[in-house]
Amino acid sequence: MRALLFERSLPRYAAARVAGGLSPGAGARVGPLSLADVDPPELPGDEWHRVRPRLAGICGSDLATIDGHSSRYFEPIVSFPFVPGHEIVGDLDDGTRVVVRPTLTCVTRGITPVCDWCARGDSNRCERTAFGHLEPGLQTGYCSDTGGGWSTSLVAHASQLHRVPDSLSDEAAVMVEPAACAVHAAAAVAEDTIAVIGAGTLGLCTVAALRYFGAPHLVIVAAKHPEQKALARELGADVIVEPDGLERSIRRATQSLQLRDQLTCGADAVIDCVGNDASLAQSLRVVAPGGTVHLVGMPGSVNVDLTSLWHREVSLRGTYAYTDDDFTKAFELVEARDLGRLVSALYPLHRYRDAIEHAANAGRRGAVKVAFDLRNERGR
Amino acid sequence: MPRPGFVLDVDRSTPPTLFWHGEGFRLERLPVGSRVLYPPEALPALEDSDSAIRQALLNPIDSDPLPTLLKPGMKLTIAFDDVSLPLPPMRQPDVRQRVIEAVLEMAAAAGVDDVQLIVALALHRRMTEAELRHAIGDRVYDAFEPHGLLTQHDAEDPDNLIHLGTTEQGEDVELNKRAATSDLLVYVNINLVAMDGGHKSVATGLASYRSLRHHHNVRTMTHSRSFMDQHKSELHSSNWRIGRHIAAQGVKVFQIETTLNSDTFPDQFNFLQRREWEWNWRDRAGFLATSKSLQRTPARIARNIFHSIKAPHDITSVQAGAVEPVHELTTANVYKQQLVPVDGQTDIVTMGLPYICPYNVNSVMNPILVMCLGLGYFFNLYRGKPVVREGGVLIMSHPTPWEFHPVHHPSYIDFFEEVLAETTDPLEIEAKYEEQFATDPWYIHLYRTSHAYHGVHPFYMWYWGAHALEHLGGVIVVGGETRSVRRLGFKPASTLRDALEMAEDVVGRDPSITHLHLPPLMIADVT
Repeated sequence: MRALLFERSLPRYAAARVAGGLSPGAGARVGPLSLADVDPPELPGDEWHRVRPRLAGICGSDLATIDGHSSRYFEPIVSFPFVPGHEIVGDLDDGTRVVVRPTLTCVTRGITPVCDWCARGDSNRCERTAFGHLEPGLQTGYCSDTGGGWSTSLVAHASQLHRVPDSLSDEAAVMVEPAACAVHAAAAVAEDTIAVIGAGTLGLCTVAALRYFGAPHLVIVAAKHPEQKALARELGADVIVEPDGLERSIRRATQSLQLRDQLTCGADAVIDCVGNDASLAQSLRVVAPGGTVHLVGMPGSVNVDLTSLWHREVSLRGTYAYTDDDFTKAFELVEARDLGRLVSALYPLHRYRDAIEHAANAGRRGAVKVAFDLRNERGR
Repeated sequence: MPRPGFVLDVDRSTPPTLFWHGEGFRLERLPVGSRVLYPPEALPALEDSDSAIRQALLNPIDSDPLPTLLKPGMKLTIAFDDVSLPLPPMRQPDVRQRVIEAVLEMAAAAGVDDVQLIVALALHRRMTEAELRHAIGDRVYDAFEPHGLLTQHDAEDPDNLIHLGTTEQGEDVELNKRAATSDLLVYVNINLVAMDGGHKSVATGLASYRSLRHHHNVRTMTHSRSFMDQHKSELHSSNWRIGRHIAAQGVKVFQIETTLNSDTFPDQFNFLQRREWEWNWRDRAGFLATSKSLQRTPARIARNIFHSIKAPHDITSVQAGAVEPVHELTTANVYKQQLVPVDGQTDIVTMGLPYICPYNVNSVMNPILVMCLGLGYFFNLYRGKPVVREGGVLIMSHPTPWEFHPVHHPSYIDFFEEVLAETTDPLEIEAKYEEQFATDPWYIHLYRTSHAYHGVHPFYMWYWGAHALEHLGGVIVVGGETRSVRRLGFKPASTLRDALEMAEDVVGRDPSITHLHLPPLMIADVT
């Protein structure tokens, strides 16, 4: 089968890190990712199914991996070589169209009894992502046993499969997984004044989820690019500002005073959908005392002054993936808010370098979600 | 003998017309048949202004002479106009210094010990030490400021405001407590345009937001046609009601008003005050040298150069005494300098906007101030009817950079980036946003402790232009930064020719065109 394969190669990983640092997405040209003909993954057990991807999205975490920026934290919970791609809509052998919920939890790993988190449905907090009968891998797309979406074939456990209603296009269906992340993020936010930093896929879906499932008084979004701003507005943002105007806007909205760059009041909750030094530092500048900064964008290693977090008793909260319930709600959100429109460009596998560069520069190029289109791939 | 204002009919032999363009100029050829309105030449100065000031204080109108009003043990407050007047700032000695020194001499002679000076800021920014020294002179500054006897009116200081009730129309009258509780309040005014002075000096200059909002609002501005015509200005009427209420509450005001001639620019910029067809070789050389050097000068330096200009304004009149008769005479003197008879309205009015307006002295002319200067001030420089007909087009020339002075205009930035991004409709802006900005504690903090205009000030700038926005069929900015111009709700054009073509889409073919050749300032008396 045709697949994009990510292999363990320190020299190429280092080259990707250098290239990715110079130009986002350039890691695909020199790094450990390559297009290959490989054997399809074997079905690990009876409850497993073969999935032939139709569309597979490119996520920020994929880009960080390809450009060599992902944290070493992941080393014990991935297994090489792996086929990336965890935003997947595909076909089962019987033609059923499914979305794959990629988290590889106790059930998929044949672990009984399941851990407490999985038992509660909070499988995103599964304690066993490196154990059981599968190789380590926090998700499909990071596990050498399952394959991933950037290929013509992968395997998925029955518990991972969600049938796609006929009313959803492939484009809409491929948005379910990122939308589920957003549903999960929004579910953790009960506050009234919310700032969302970043208006890429995750930021926009989060705005949509905040408005669809809740009724915050004010949602302020920091967005860089015109298309992002327009979409943020359509999806429910009340105020959209340039990233460097966020402090000013929140200051005004909350009638805050200011101590140098630090607001004395601020937003009740800040949802950081970027996850770098600058966005986290900005989050801490604009969050209210006692407020919460939700890290939705994958942060990696950051260097941030946490004094204000300490002094103002701010909570820093991670938000990873989704619960079982979130994933179900994501279908509703995608359909209700027409999130399929966020899919801006589709690429065949052999143009993976272009696809990744496009995804890495999506905002600047007027795009949101870039995905691989496997529907016409040879060998599918 | 100075020549009166003049209306030139442009023909084929007319040389290009000078347009101000921020910190620069444009020479434009207006279509044949256009009219150009030139201001009257500068009136002669008083021969001995110090003596004239003294005479005015000794022989006031409808009042006892100032020395007889001054008694030992009394509480005397002298309030004076702030940095927004005159424009550009005048050469030293400033007329305020001359008048205040004369008043202080009389106070000293009368044995008055309790004297305080207050800058009548209203909601303007606090003046810097250098600006204060320039306005009132080192001697006065050094005698009062170190002892806390020179203060700047704080419209947000609850401890130093006093509510004097309401007018018959329900307008709150809240004033500076020191001024309102003094035995005598002497107000020292500079009357640059006809809407300055009179009761407005105290009723606006020493008032709080609670009081000001009764007349600084969209309804008042759209019912002032124009601000320069007291009989048709709701702004004037409201201030007069408040002023009379203040007097009825026992506040005794001794008003000293001064008028200046239109000698606005120093010798090296003489070409700015001359009619183009009368330019001599010196004017042409001055224009060329200035224009060429400005083209090579970074904007920030050009701004500093222009803001260092000190106007050679001379004093043309001083009158003192009771507010209303004093102001009647003052207004007549302003009209004598500025009125230009104009026959009929025009389809298109053009104007070049200079680098300065009342709210950016030593600062940046941000896009909101561009709007205010063009649509609030220059459009309203009329008596009778606007120069441009209803549904006509106003074309103004200014670079309109997306740039703000962060210290002076912090709320302007938010107004421009957030409010104008939503709407440019003055009524909607007033209803939806004014209170938020006016009561924002950060803006209040900056207004009180830094050098920031009050949070509500950009709203007032927008309201100044409300009458024009209602009246006009379109506004085009020549040579302006496109995104700023669009944010203002106007149309950008690269050249005057383009702008005139665009305007024809609104007013039709072969429109009549009138250019306002200012500054120096004038008032079009349109019949």
